[in-house]
Amino acid sequence: MEQLTQFIGANLIYIYLIAFTVLLGFEVISKVPTVLHTPLMSGANAISGVVIIGAIILIRTAEPDDMISLVFGTLGIILAMINVVGGFTVTDRMLEMFKKKKKA
Amino acid sequence: MYKTLLDVGFLLAAIAFITGLRRLSTPATARKGNILAGIAMVGAIVIALIYPLGGETPAVNYGWIAGGMLIGSAIGWMAAKRVQMTAMPQLVSIFNGLGGACAVLLAVLEMFKASADYKLGIAISVFTLIVGAVSFTGSILAYLKLDGKVRDKNVILPGHTYINLILLVATLVIAVLYTMAPSQALLVGLIILSLVYGFSFVAPIGGADMPVVISLLNSLTGISAATAGFIYGNQIMIIGGILVGASGTILTVLMCQAMNRSLLNVIIGGFGSAGSGSSAGDSMDGKVAKEVSSYDAAVMLNYSTSVMIVPGYGLAVAQAQKVCKELDELLAENNVDVNYAIHPVAGRMPGHMNVLLAEADVPYSKLKDLDEANAMLPATDVVVIVGANDVVNPSALDDPGSPVYGMPVLKVWEAKNVIIMKRSMSPGYAGIQNPLFFNDNSSMFFGDAKDSINKLVDEIKSLG
Repeated sequence: MEQLTQFIGANLIYIYLIAFTVLLGFEVISKVPTVLHTPLMSGANAISGVVIIGAIILIRTAEPDDMISLVFGTLGIILAMINVVGGFTVTDRMLEMFKKKKKA
Repeated sequence: MYKTLLDVGFLLAAIAFITGLRRLSTPATARKGNILAGIAMVGAIVIALIYPLGGETPAVNYGWIAGGMLIGSAIGWMAAKRVQMTAMPQLVSIFNGLGGACAVLLAVLEMFKASADYKLGIAISVFTLIVGAVSFTGSILAYLKLDGKVRDKNVILPGHTYINLILLVATLVIAVLYTMAPSQALLVGLIILSLVYGFSFVAPIGGADMPVVISLLNSLTGISAATAGFIYGNQIMIIGGILVGASGTILTVLMCQAMNRSLLNVIIGGFGSAGSGSSAGDSMDGKVAKEVSSYDAAVMLNYSTSVMIVPGYGLAVAQAQKVCKELDELLAENNVDVNYAIHPVAGRMPGHMNVLLAEADVPYSKLKDLDEANAMLPATDVVVIVGANDVVNPSALDDPGSPVYGMPVLKVWEAKNVIIMKRSMSPGYAGIQNPLFFNDNSSMFFGDAKDSINKLVDEIKSLG
């Protein structure tokens, strides 16, 4: 219990951040037309690749001979990077099709 | 000074994520929104590379980072460029799983380092590990199911609901034990159990429930990214992750509403398992489904004034979206008014049909949503159902015993004629018989959707 109050005290600003981001997230995306469900999902999916930043920090702070951190951290970077690059590219491909049709 | 500037950079990236997502949810600005979010991601990655972390980063570590980024970018880019639009649900789920896998790796590596006294820190890592792992193996199984590599029947065990419950409880118990007293054996057990649970959790869910699962898994990956951000005290990870969690949750809720079912009901997997038994067959209550020849179907379409096409997963499987557009144009030349009725859960991913028809250049204005389409159907001459089944099942309205009962459906039977394109009489993905096939104004057109529409196109051309 003491740890919990300490934690809340030390991380209050993060707790605010989380609470407001949750509300903001629901507000921003609440009215999506069906036509955009897939691109929204795949675009959001690409954003979840933001975990790559954790992997970058992990490797940057690892000792150069800490092979476990380096190898698994790099694996993490590869996986997250596939998610980021693939996700944004494929979303753009989809949205390009929507646009093309609008001009016609 | 330098550090503050970089912090402002992270802040700008966070704002760009939010603005990007906002634009992504409006058709006119969607593409720019996606590009903006992509730029924000690049910016955030660059800042993470140069952010001062209290000590020099060894050059060799940068080598590892660069290598990982190059390999990941190349694979991601190629996969995204090569994929067929019909295979989009599979690709989105596999990408999603990879993000979850990265969160698992981060959590596990953090657990090696964390002090055993800081319980809350361990608890956050444990949570990240479980959520990330479930999202990872769940997405892999969703990918395999969508790609047709795994069939639902082969992964559902007897009493699966109880197996899942036991797995979940076991995972949580080990999670608590580990948090109290970390040990390597418990960690290994926790990793294995979480991965198995993810797989087992998705196993009984299939068919028309797939869009719900994909959205839910998407949301889980976002949450695991956010809690991983908590481990590293990184705001951009928290914000990005939570936004994804929120968008995934909203889509999950929308998909559940479209089927008029609770999330719990979807997860337990009532669809397909109930109402099985004597469902397959070509007759029902003594009535026999009748077939229509391609010539008769072509005549019916050509001399009608309004046609409604109802696409489903069969359209995606047969890659029939382009021939469908050809049929549409041919009929339009003969002054037939052609529209498309899009059910919210048609296909295997939220908005799946919209993406396919957009690829074939079908104008947005011709795509009618559930309410619009139902208002138009009574005045429609011919409905052409292309590989859809459960979303046009009248049992949803009048048979309380049916697993689809209560789900809002397209009331195609109110149109004057219904042509059902199907490969065979077998029931749909959900394994439920459809009384629509036996109505007097229904007729079956058997064959692969693409071949069938091609035949129709040829027949209509020869009618002149």
